[in-house]
Amino acid sequence: MEGLLHFDFKGLVIILMSAVFVNNYVLQRFLGICPFLGVSKKLDQATGMSIAVIFVMMLSTAVTWPIQYYLLNPNGLGYMQTIVFILVIAALVQLVEIVLKKYIPSLYSALGVYLPLITTNCAVLGVTILNINESYDFAAAMVNSFGSGLGFFLAMVLFSGVRSRMEGGDTPESFKGLPITLVAASIVSISFFGFAGVIENLFS
Amino acid sequence: MKKLKLITKGLITENPVLVLVLGTCPTLAISTQTSNAIGMGLAATAVLLGSNIAISALRNVIPDKVRIPCYIVLIAGFVTVVQMLVQAFAPALNEQLGIYLPLIVVNCIILGRAEMFANKNTVLDSALDGIGMGLGFTLTLFVMATIREVLGSGTWFGMEIPVLIDNNISILTMAPGGFFVFGCLIALVNKISKGKAIKKSDFGCTGCPSAAACGKLNAECGKGSEA
Repeated sequence: MEGLLHFDFKGLVIILMSAVFVNNYVLQRFLGICPFLGVSKKLDQATGMSIAVIFVMMLSTAVTWPIQYYLLNPNGLGYMQTIVFILVIAALVQLVEIVLKKYIPSLYSALGVYLPLITTNCAVLGVTILNINESYDFAAAMVNSFGSGLGFFLAMVLFSGVRSRMEGGDTPESFKGLPITLVAASIVSISFFGFAGVIENLFS
Repeated sequence: MKKLKLITKGLITENPVLVLVLGTCPTLAISTQTSNAIGMGLAATAVLLGSNIAISALRNVIPDKVRIPCYIVLIAGFVTVVQMLVQAFAPALNEQLGIYLPLIVVNCIILGRAEMFANKNTVLDSALDGIGMGLGFTLTLFVMATIREVLGSGTWFGMEIPVLIDNNISILTMAPGGFFVFGCLIALVNKISKGKAIKKSDFGCTGCPSAAACGKLNAECGKGSEA
């Protein structure tokens, strides 16, 4: 019971909400822009990619957090963080791919194509490093990863909707393709400013 | 002359950010201040130069099947070196760049150049390509940061600009401004080159480390639309 009482539920909710809305990975922190621009054309692809990202983010946090605190820090190897984390993420993604292919083929056929794209997704490396920089404990780190993934999901789904509306629009020649997509992303990003005051006043 | 062209092509015709559209994340995030932009650009150039040389020198040693993990390890090594140098000699810059310094590892420009250029060319050519691409990245960051800092905060390298300082458009320094200025810059490049600039679809994808997976994705998409 003692442990449960110390469980800082309020703090975790604040971390979750701010990861999803205020510090949205794609729209405020500019992490994971490539998949955001590349895979957001269709809603089903956007959903598949985001679910894979949430999954990999949580898994890699669950592995890299103990590595940092029980392996690197006690041995004074904190500077190896970047190398170790990227290797762990790359290996983990490969492993997940193999396991899914062998044991859960239905899930593999749904998510499999997105997994290799995630290794070089800076949002995943970003969330693991930020968890350490913010000195979150394990529960907070996991919640932050889940929130960040969820924020990615929200941005992808919202933006795929915006893009499908954009296809029929009459765009100036030079703005066709990527430029107009970026301008649209800028407007979606403004809409997230609306959440700025919400989190601070959530519990007051 | 040919060697010189290796450097200059990165600046304009094959500009990594505006034409190849690689490395968008740091471009958007760091370009709020010109001094940070230069710091980030030079850090990435150093990593790119090192990784291009190393990968080119090892191109006959690294087995083709495991090349991507090998490249990532090499790149991560150089990033760690640069990270430690910045921490030691420019702690203020380290504070400003924050998370984006270690994230150079996953910057597509570096892995992209390894795939597109360094594993097919000699050490000298790869080094020149690294310098050219790095300077192209730095130049783009600098241009974007100048636009965002001058109009957004009314300063340039921290110096106050008389009229603009009182009439700054502060949204340009925030996230939406980054997307907007970047979109406009790419549109400008399109307009100037009249579509002559190499299209990403003809060029960028072959070099992207995720090309295979992305191709699968697009093939599946094609299947979906036919059905």
